[in-house]
Amino acid sequence: MERIPILLVGEFLLVSIQVDLHDRLALALQDDLTTEVVKVRAKGVLIDISSLEIVDSFIGRVLGNIAALTAMLGANAVVVGMRPAVAITIVELGLDLSCLRTAINVDQGMAMLRLLLRPVASQGSDESAEK
Amino acid sequence: MPTNNPSRIAEILARHQQAILEDWLLAQLAAFSARHNLISEADLRRQSADFIGIFGTACQAGTLTDIATPAWQPVRDFLASISRSRASQGFSPSETATFVFSLKQPLFAHIRQELAANAESLADEMWTATVLIDKLGLYTTELFQTAREEVIKRQQMEMLELSTPVVKLWDGILAVPLIGTLDSARTQVVMESLLQSIVDTGSNIAIVDITGVPTVDTLIAQNLLKTAAAARLMGAQCIICGIRPQIAQTMVHLGVAFGEVVTRATLADALAFAFREIGCTVSRQAPRN
Repeated sequence: MERIPILLVGEFLLVSIQVDLHDRLALALQDDLTTEVVKVRAKGVLIDISSLEIVDSFIGRVLGNIAALTAMLGANAVVVGMRPAVAITIVELGLDLSCLRTAINVDQGMAMLRLLLRPVASQGSDESAEK
Repeated sequence: MPTNNPSRIAEILARHQQAILEDWLLAQLAAFSARHNLISEADLRRQSADFIGIFGTACQAGTLTDIATPAWQPVRDFLASISRSRASQGFSPSETATFVFSLKQPLFAHIRQELAANAESLADEMWTATVLIDKLGLYTTELFQTAREEVIKRQQMEMLELSTPVVKLWDGILAVPLIGTLDSARTQVVMESLLQSIVDTGSNIAIVDITGVPTVDTLIAQNLLKTAAAARLMGAQCIICGIRPQIAQTMVHLGVAFGEVVTRATLADALAFAFREIGCTVSRQAPRN
């Protein structure tokens, strides 16, 4: 079965979805990504969906789930490069993805992750200091 | 009766084609005397001659009672092109219909000449010819109307596109000045062009200025919120500005809220906010001279 590659860039994981994201593939990505976040202790996940042309309520929900899951595992997820048609579809479907962080392109997404990392890193050190 | 009627009219048409054409042209020129600027006499003559030719062929080939048959296809096509060109030239519907209806008089005159001896068949032929020409005239008017509606629809589309310009205010800041009522169709166009511009310019702030929107009701507010939500999903922040005091009051009375979307009173305030967001500062210097 085909899988979507997950690349480690510094402390972040980069996922670029270049193929048609059908339901099983989306679920596989969700599994792989959570496993990988735990394995490499990634601080951030960048999901590039600029090639994704079709989105339905399920895929939208999976994107939201991935954001929630990675947040639970201590990583920030940023979805970048959403196409106008996809954005309109998600809004018209009434999906609430307000928990999802978004950026225009990979470059700005990386900048956002680095910005987010600073307070998170200091919080993490505080916690370890308390222990 | 239907079998021998067509042959007579077709025969009369064929025999007196030239004379009928001349009489018809005279009648048309009289009707269009005020419209010489729209169509030249030569064009009118050419169109009329073509029509008489096609009409005569169709009369010989097909039944005169039903113009939907394949035999009448050339006539229908010809009338379609005539009404379309007349519609774009600016003729009125009655003037366009006159093109066909003015054929009645010369045709009837020749039928009467031919069949003067036989009163009964004269009445029959007259009736057939009337029904036929009425049908063709109505067909022309219908086509004329369709062509006009197409023109109106196209203009509506053009207006939609013209009315939603997306301007780049600064590196990374876009603005859409909205003017007029925001219905769903317009919101769709605004949303699409704004989102496309966000992608094209890589901007992360979009300012929607609603100074020119006369009223904001729940539906319009919802449409604006949708636009803002879609922009956010793409990674851009939406700022709504230009809310006039009366509109703000109405909205609060209606219980309409823009939620988490940033709102500002004027475009200047919105721009100041946008500058802060992208980390730009505007400083005042001593004016030159």
